[in-house]
Formats: sequence, structure tokens, C-alpha cells
Amino acid sequence: MTEFLILMKSELMATALIFILLFIKMGGGMKNGLLLQVIQVLLLVNFITGFFFNKEGNLFGNMFHTSALIAFQKNILNLGVYLIALLNADWLKKTDHLPEFFILMLSALLGMFFMVSSGNLLIFYLSLELSSIPVAAMANFDLHKKNAAEGAMKMILSSAFSSGILLFGISLLYGAMGTISFAEIPQHLDSSPLQVTAFIFIFSAFAFKLSIVPFHLWAADVYEGSPVATASFLSVVSKGAAAFIFITILYKVFQPMQELWYNLLVTVSVLTMLLGNLFALRQQNIKRFLAFSSIAQVAFIVLGISSNDHIGITSVVYFVLVYVFSNLSAFGVASVIAEHSGKENIDDYKGLSKTNPFLGWSLTLALFSLAGIPPTAGFFGKLFLLTAAAAKASYWLIIVAALNMVISLYYYLRVVRAIFIDNNEMPIKKIQADRSAELGLVICSVGILLTGIVSWIYDFIQSLH
Amino acid sequence: MNLLLLILTPLLTAIAVLLPRNKQHVKWVSFFGSIVQSALAFVLFFAFRRARTEDPSSPMLFEQKHKLFEALNINLHLGVDGISVAMILLTSFVVTAGVLVSWNVEKMTKEFHFLLMLLALGAYGLFISLDLFVLFFFLEISVIPKYLLIGIWGSGKKEYAANKLALMLMSGSALILVGILGLYFSNNRDFDLLSLSRASIPGSVQDIIFPLVFTGFGVFTALFPFHTWVPDGHSSAPTAGSMFLAGISMKLGGYGCLRIAIFLLPQAAKHYADIIIILSAIGVLYGAFVTMMQRDLKYINAYSSVSHVGFSLLALGMLTQTAMVGAVMQMVSHGLMTALFFAVIGMIYDRTHTRMVNEMGGLMKAMPFITTAFFIVGLCSLGLPGLSGFVAEMTILVGSWENSGLVHRAATVAAVLSIVVTAVYILRAIAHTAMGPVKHERHLQLKDAAWNEKLAAVILIAGILSIGLAPGWLSDLLKPATEVIMNKLK
Repeated sequence: MTEFLILMKSELMATALIFILLFIKMGGGMKNGLLLQVIQVLLLVNFITGFFFNKEGNLFGNMFHTSALIAFQKNILNLGVYLIALLNADWLKKTDHLPEFFILMLSALLGMFFMVSSGNLLIFYLSLELSSIPVAAMANFDLHKKNAAEGAMKMILSSAFSSGILLFGISLLYGAMGTISFAEIPQHLDSSPLQVTAFIFIFSAFAFKLSIVPFHLWAADVYEGSPVATASFLSVVSKGAAAFIFITILYKVFQPMQELWYNLLVTVSVLTMLLGNLFALRQQNIKRFLAFSSIAQVAFIVLGISSNDHIGITSVVYFVLVYVFSNLSAFGVASVIAEHSGKENIDDYKGLSKTNPFLGWSLTLALFSLAGIPPTAGFFGKLFLLTAAAAKASYWLIIVAALNMVISLYYYLRVVRAIFIDNNEMPIKKIQADRSAELGLVICSVGILLTGIVSWIYDFIQSLH
Repeated sequence: MNLLLLILTPLLTAIAVLLPRNKQHVKWVSFFGSIVQSALAFVLFFAFRRARTEDPSSPMLFEQKHKLFEALNINLHLGVDGISVAMILLTSFVVTAGVLVSWNVEKMTKEFHFLLMLLALGAYGLFISLDLFVLFFFLEISVIPKYLLIGIWGSGKKEYAANKLALMLMSGSALILVGILGLYFSNNRDFDLLSLSRASIPGSVQDIIFPLVFTGFGVFTALFPFHTWVPDGHSSAPTAGSMFLAGISMKLGGYGCLRIAIFLLPQAAKHYADIIIILSAIGVLYGAFVTMMQRDLKYINAYSSVSHVGFSLLALGMLTQTAMVGAVMQMVSHGLMTALFFAVIGMIYDRTHTRMVNEMGGLMKAMPFITTAFFIVGLCSLGLPGLSGFVAEMTILVGSWENSGLVHRAATVAAVLSIVVTAVYILRAIAHTAMGPVKHERHLQLKDAAWNEKLAAVILIAGILSIGLAPGWLSDLLKPATEVIMNKLK
């Protein structure tokens, strides 16, 4: 029993939080501002407890597997949710259904926990569903906005489509070898056409979840329509979780097919990088811009995964951690500005450094980190992914990836230029953001500056597995 | 001496600059920081000379190694040889002078000095790091501050120039990154410069990596045809920005070409030597002739920088020891000279509000100090004996002549020809601005240099003279260091 409690600690915590929120909702008497503070504290506690009592073990007949590394991965997701609760305080305070929003988000988080821990394709499928359906509801949280409904519709259709494909792949696999357990599948893999087809279907489901080419187009519309809190959850937490389980599935389950998936990953990654970058070049809306930029970022994760070794795992986990700080910070600034001034276009950001230096510098730091400029952590994250990939990849591949970083620098600098260099007669007025949003930005900026330079973080992740 | 100090001082200065509320205090903090950096550079210089006499054999001195990313075998490995010490001295001179000439920057003063110190940090760090990853880190640190310096405080078509500079330099560093990763995996996951220099990297691998690394660093140091960011970047940057760009940043590239490309990949260096020589000879001549057509003082110095830096790349391509010593001398000399040149142009522009040669005249009457400095730097640029330019170019030409190949001879002759062209454009620029009749009456009322500008000029002139009159100290520094590299080339 105690083992059960300890191994499922993260999941139980998330469930407990959901229940607490339900009770608060039923009790009904709490004001939004206070409630938000309570939620923030609860999430912080949740994050801190995530560091303790982490053991390796299996439950439910190997359906559920956890280890120190997996616990750390879950805690990165916890951190992401906590930061989202801080950074979007301005919007959250005003929303009519605050507890519901977090109930939905925590349900999705619970799904991700199970997904990261899954040891069986069945529980993987169930948890994937749990992690995507609540997000569709979150996407439509601004009920009065038309494109929110459109985005949510696109989200639910595409995720239904992708789970259909996933189920088809799983059933083909089951038909081919009679098992869906992660431990047993590798023994039966022989790269027969049926298995390859099954693998490609499962791969497509991941492509949807990670929004990589050719299944990337839903991302921009959904991000644009949904509230920033949902968009940042989708682009950071959800993608992080998908990347983690992607590694397990590729490295553990489909290891015998590694030549096939190596080529697939590399091709998809290069295409995603190029398309994501080229689309991002011309975006005006900051949310669409960040959508395409995060598509390009994920391409680097995929490239790192292709390395198929320990360095690859460490680099991906490290990069996701860095990405949590940098992308959430960028979304956070977008959220504060959108909430106070209603402006979402990059051109509106002109002259931001004069009226709101704190927001301007925070966004700049985040964008530099996304672009991979030292001394921010993004530099180390990207470089380690490239280093991991370079162990196997050819020179041209690394050159293409490195030059893609230059293309991405161009559009990140576009925003920096708007903030610092361009003149504007009607800049965004001085904004007094919520205290917790400011705290969130400070945490993100410190994270961006320190995660890279404090080098033991990387070595710590390496020591977890 | 503990080399970490050289990283910590600019870092602490950069942080300290952000603290005071008063703009005046910001400047003094920044100035104080740069003085400490110069003092450290001098201490390092004398300590190095002493240590070198005690220990003439080991390639690097004052080494220290700290584990950084153990899983990837990345270490903070620091150490210096004569070349690094010379570059560090140059950096400290230019940084101090740069802070001094920026005394009148009123717009976002804090951020300005913060970025200057970040640039200095990048330069110091690069010159002392012996781990390729750390070196690359410092190289990239110095790119974005330049973008912001040009973009925020620049003039003219600054957005275009800043973007062009950032993207070209980042493309260069992308190539370097690929080359560094190639080196890393060629020696069983090792970023360490010294152990890589002892490893035997197969020739076929060298032939792939060398062009990547050399071109990458070549972009930084304006290797023809990758020089196009130079004129736009230099002319749009604020004065201190141009000084840093031409004085330090371009030298980062030259240093990298020598330290990484030639030192670690000697076999490939021999294969590609002819291409380097041809490209840099084109750069030398092209830069000189284009300068003849310029009317804007900043463009004159920018294009003449392409020509002068071409000299040091040419010398690197020659692969003889004398030429190599000359190459580094030229880097140091050009760094000081071009920094002074930009400083003087900045001073003139602040007063006359024009940089066009034909709109000035007789400035000597109103501003004797500034124009005298202008004279000195011009004469140094055209290679007058007694000034640093002569020493460096003479060494390069002597070293180049040692190599009797046809390409080498032709390139050397071309380089000599460029000196004549240099004399033409420099003398013409000086004659039109400093001497002759006064073009505008209001120019007579202009004030001469203030104390900070005088101090900046004096510091740089002292550097130029110390190399020009007594080049021994510099060549003593460089000879043992270049010998190590030459041994690899044999």
C-alpha cells in the first residue's frame, strides 16, 4: 500500500488537487483573486513535493512504470502548470469559471502523468485521450470569442483524428504480435510490412501531439483562438509530455526498428524546422508567431531524440526544462499585454521598452533563449540537442539545423527590434501587471539565466538514468 | 595569475553598471571596471613574461580546469600563450578607450555600458578559453550586444545594418559550430583544445572541418567575400560600437582562424592555403580600391579595415613563422589603430555633424588635438616607420616573401601595391579634413577634445607608439607561441 502511495505520488497529488477544487466550487463562496492565490500555493506545494520520495517501480502488472527520471519529467510539467497559473493571473482573475479551468488543466496534467508513466499501449492510449480532451474545453474558454470556438473545434477534430489513427496502429500491432505491453513488443518486432505500417500510424499520432510536419497546421489556429493560458499549456506542457513518452516508445519499444525511425525522425525534423521557420517569418499575431516558433523548437527536440543514446535523453529533458522557462515567459508577456491593452500584434509592441521596460526585457530574454543566444539557457539546450544528434548525423544535417537557428534568429530579432529600436507614436501604455505575473516573469528570467550556466543541472538529469 | 579574474571583472562590471540610479555614476562604474581590466591585463603581461622565462616549453601557461558539463566532457579550461596575452592587452586598451569616448551617451546609458561590458566579457573569455565549447560560448556572447548597440544607438540605416551584421555573424558561427562538433567527435567526444592538438585527426576529416571553421571565423574577420557586413555595420554603429567591432570583434575571427583552424587542422591548412591567400589578396586590394572612392570617413575606415585585416589573413595563409608573427602583430596594431580612427571620427562628427570629407576643411585650426590624433592614426594606417602599422606590415611582407610559390609571390606583390593605394586615400582624407581652407565659418568655433576624449586618444596612441618604436616586447610574446603552431605544421 505504501509503495502504491509513493509510486503514484504525482498522480495522487494531482487528483487531490482536482477534488479540492471541486469542493471549493461546490462551497461556492470564494472570490476569484483569493481563489487564484490558493491555487497558486497548492500548485507550488505540488511542485515542491515532486522532488521527494521518488522511487523506481512498476504497478498494475507493469502497466504503470515510474523512476527517478520519470518523476523529474513529471515535475517539469508541474513547474510548467505552476508558472502558467502565475503568469496568466491577469486573465485568470477575470474569468468566470476559474476552478473549472484548473480542474480541466489538472485533469489533462493527470493524463500526461499516466502517459509518461505508461508501460502498455492501452494505458498510453487512455491517458493520451485524458490529456487532450480537457484541453479542447480549455481552448474554448473565452466563450464570447468566435475564433476560440473555431480553434477548439479544430483541436477536438484533429485530436480525435489522431487518436483514431493511433488506435488503428495499436490494433494492427496487436494483430501482428498479440501483445501491447512495452516490455514484450520488442521481442516480436521483425519489421514486417504490417508492423511498419502500425509503427507509422503510431508515429503519426505523436506527430499530431507534437505538431510536427505534416500534422502541424492545427497548432497556429488553436493557439490564436484560445486564451494565452491554454496556448502556453498546449505548446509547453503538452508537447513536453509527448516528447518524454515519445522517447520511451522509440528507445524501449521500437528499438529493433531504429534504422527506420532514425530516417523518419531526421526527415521529419528537417522539414518541420524549415516549414516552422518559414511560416514564423511572416506572422503578425504574436500567438501565431509563437505557435510556429514552437513548431520549429520541437523540430530540434525531434532531432535530439534521433540520437538514440543517453545523451539524447538527457538533452531532450534538459531542453524541455529550458523551454518551459523561455516559452512560458514569452507567452506570459503576451498574456499580460493582451489582457491589459487587447493588443496581440508584433507591430503593437513597438516602443515597448520605453513604456514597459520590465516586460520588454523579459520578452527579449525569453526570445533570446528561444533563439539560442548565450548566456541564456536556450543556447545550451539547443547546442546539446545538436551535439546529441551529431553523434550519428551527417555534416549536412547539422549544417541545415545550425543554419535554421540563424533563420529563426531573424524572426526573433524582429520582435526585439520592435521592442527596442522601432519608433512608435502610440506605444502600449504603462501596464501594472498582477504581482504574481511579475513573480512568474522573474522566476522564468532567473531560470533562463541560470539553468544553462549552473551546469550541474544537466549532470543531475544525466545521473537520473 | 588566476585567469578567472579576467572573466569575472567584466561580468561584475556589467552587473555593477545596472545598479546605480544616476547616469553619471554609471559611467564612473564602467570606467572603473575598465581600468581594473586594464590593470589585470598588465599584471597578466608581466606575470606571463616571468613565467615564460621559467617555463619555456609548455604551450599554455596559468592553466586551470574546472568541470562544467561532465556528461558531455565540457570543462572550463583556461590558459594563455603569447598570442592570447597580446590580444588581451589590445582588448583592455580598446575597452577603456571605448568607455571614455562614450561619456556623452545619454540615451539608455545603463544599457549601453552593460552591453559594452558584455562585449568585453566575450572577448576576454574567448582569448583565454582552451575548451572549444566555452570558446564558442564566448564568441556568440559578443554577437547580440553588437546588434543592440547598432540598432538602438546607431545612426543611418541602422536596422538594416544591425540585422545584416547579426545574421551574417550568426551564420558564421553556425559553420563554426558544425566544425567544432566535427572536432568533438573526431577525438572521442573531446572539446579540449590542447588534447585535440595532440590527437591525430585523419586528413579526410580535416578537409571537411577546416573550410567550415575557417569560413566561419572568416565571416567575423571580414574574409572576402564575407566582408559585406563590415561597411554597413561599422558606419551605422555608435562610436564605441565601431571601435569594439573593428578593434576587437574582427580580431576574434582572426584569432579563431589561427587558434582553431590552423592549429588543430594543420594538414588541411596546407591544402587550403592557396585559396586563403587568393581570397585575402583580393580582399586587400579590393578594400583599398573601394576606400579610394569613399567620401564618408566611417566608410573610409570600414573599407580600409577590410584591406588591413586582409593583410593578417594573407599572412596566416602563408604558413611561415615570420608571417604568422606579423599576422598577430597586424591584428593588435590594426585593433588599436582602427579604434583610434573611429574614436577620432566620432569626435569630429560630434562637433561638425558631418562625416563627409568634402564638407570639412581646415579643422586643424579649431581642433588641434583631434586632428593631430587623426594625423597619427592616418600615418600609422599607411605604414609610417615608428608606428605600429609599419612594424606589422613589414613583418608580414618579409614573412610572405620567404615562401617562393607563384601564388605566394603574386599575392605579396599585390599586398605591397595596396600600401600605395592606402597612402593615396589616407593622405587625401587628412588633407581635405584637417588642412586647406575652412569650409564653414562655424567650424572655427568648435571646441577641441574634452578630457575623456584626450585620455582615450592618448591611451590608444601610447599603444601604437609602443609597438612602433619598440616592437621587441610584442614579438617576444608571439615567437614562442607561433613556434608551437609551426611545429604542428611541419
